[in-house]
Amino acid sequence: MRIGCPYCGERDSSEFTYLGDATCTRPDAVAADAQQHFFAAVYLRTNPAGAHDELWYHVFGCRAWLRVTRDTRTHAVLAARLCNEVHPR
Amino acid sequence: MHQALRRHRGWAPAWRDAAPRAAYDVVIVGGGGHGLATAYYLAGKYGISRVAVLEKGWIGSGNAGRNTTIIRSNYLLPQNIPFYEHSLRLWQGLECELNYNVMVSQRGVLNLFHSDAQRDAFARRGNAMRLHGVDAELVAVDTVRRMLPFLDFDNARFPIRGGLLQRRGGTVRHDAVVWGYARAASELGVDIVQNCEVTGFTQAGGRVTGVTTTRGTISAAKVGLAVAGNTSRLAGMLGWQLPIESHVLQAFVSEAIKPLIPGVVTFGAGHFYISQSDKGGLVFGGDPDGYNSYAQRGNLPTVEDVCESGLALMPVLGRLRVLRSWGGTVDMSMDGSPIIDRAPYAGLYINAGWCYGGFKATPASGWCFAHLLARDEPHEVATHYRLDRFSTGRLIDEKGRGAQPNLH
Repeated sequence: MRIGCPYCGERDSSEFTYLGDATCTRPDAVAADAQQHFFAAVYLRTNPAGAHDELWYHVFGCRAWLRVTRDTRTHAVLAARLCNEVHPR
Repeated sequence: MHQALRRHRGWAPAWRDAAPRAAYDVVIVGGGGHGLATAYYLAGKYGISRVAVLEKGWIGSGNAGRNTTIIRSNYLLPQNIPFYEHSLRLWQGLECELNYNVMVSQRGVLNLFHSDAQRDAFARRGNAMRLHGVDAELVAVDTVRRMLPFLDFDNARFPIRGGLLQRRGGTVRHDAVVWGYARAASELGVDIVQNCEVTGFTQAGGRVTGVTTTRGTISAAKVGLAVAGNTSRLAGMLGWQLPIESHVLQAFVSEAIKPLIPGVVTFGAGHFYISQSDKGGLVFGGDPDGYNSYAQRGNLPTVEDVCESGLALMPVLGRLRVLRSWGGTVDMSMDGSPIIDRAPYAGLYINAGWCYGGFKATPASGWCFAHLLARDEPHEVATHYRLDRFSTGRLIDEKGRGAQPNLH
């Protein structure tokens, strides 16, 4: 399985570490129902069989965080973008 | 013997390949070890035989046919030990119970340790086991040398210091477990329906009332899910998110050799476990690949890592050829422990989250899930396997690393 790092090009997956679902967003800590939202954000996952948006870290390369779209049924990598392009600060 | 003398021409089907009926008291989704065991105990122990097991492929084609056959009850935590010990005791009596040779071989499970700290941790686990009446022995390195002289004892990085031994642990022929439970359940009236994939749930009056499948709609008073790594796919049909990620775990078998490894041996300085099948092949595995997957196959970096761990432990493996490798889809729960509970939908029940340790649990999982389905309350050895433990903080964390996604 290879991931196309925008800086480094297509690299074997062993150059990366995997964090998981990229769609989890940190809930508002001061909202009244924060506890329920934090529980859901930390533990609950869609875990789809199909296209999955996920975070990979190029630890043995350029050390960029990538947001990758990969089909969990076939491991085909459909897209890979730098996280700071998806969520510019 | 009878068939062998007749040149194997007289075999009859061991279970009815049933067509689905319109309605059942209980529908179990998943025709693996856990689903079939559940059906067997529902009919045999709890008196409920209007039961169907629905399997999308052929029975045992999932993780029941893909595991490394190890059985043991050498857990640490009080929420786990009674459950796995219940399972081990059921394994001990299973061949008589089912009148089927599932090749229960209590050849021992030896967990090697490589440092003083690891020895202390293993001693603690052994003591926890003994406090629950389960056998455990801390064996010195000299004993390990006599048992397994070919290990790399004086490895500079991972010297072997001893091991925690559970003599009553061992291996069981995984396919035979599926067939044994299937034959016994079918004889008790359970319909085993293959090539029947659930495509949705029917609901009415706030209850799940059945399933839609590729072989028609089936009504059921109760629906139990026992589909291992595919749990989220079914839950997703209800828009229900679970504390589960599906990952791939690979396993391997080598070419057949003369008897070398008498029991199950696990490496303490890496995730690696090995035993030898009665055909002579070495059956081994290690870490999951580490990313979400439903592919039932993994990638080469993990193959390399597992083989490296094996060579670090047993250099004698170096000249062997790996004959076959495969993967299973495992339900990785966020704390590494299983879920046997009612779903937050009336009429629906869930048996999931077995991570990579489901095979040894097969009999107790079936027994406890049958109990829950029959009585609507948890069996006493499974009371902690609640789905809400993730929100209440009652996590069951064997490794003490903290519950988190991508835990392993």
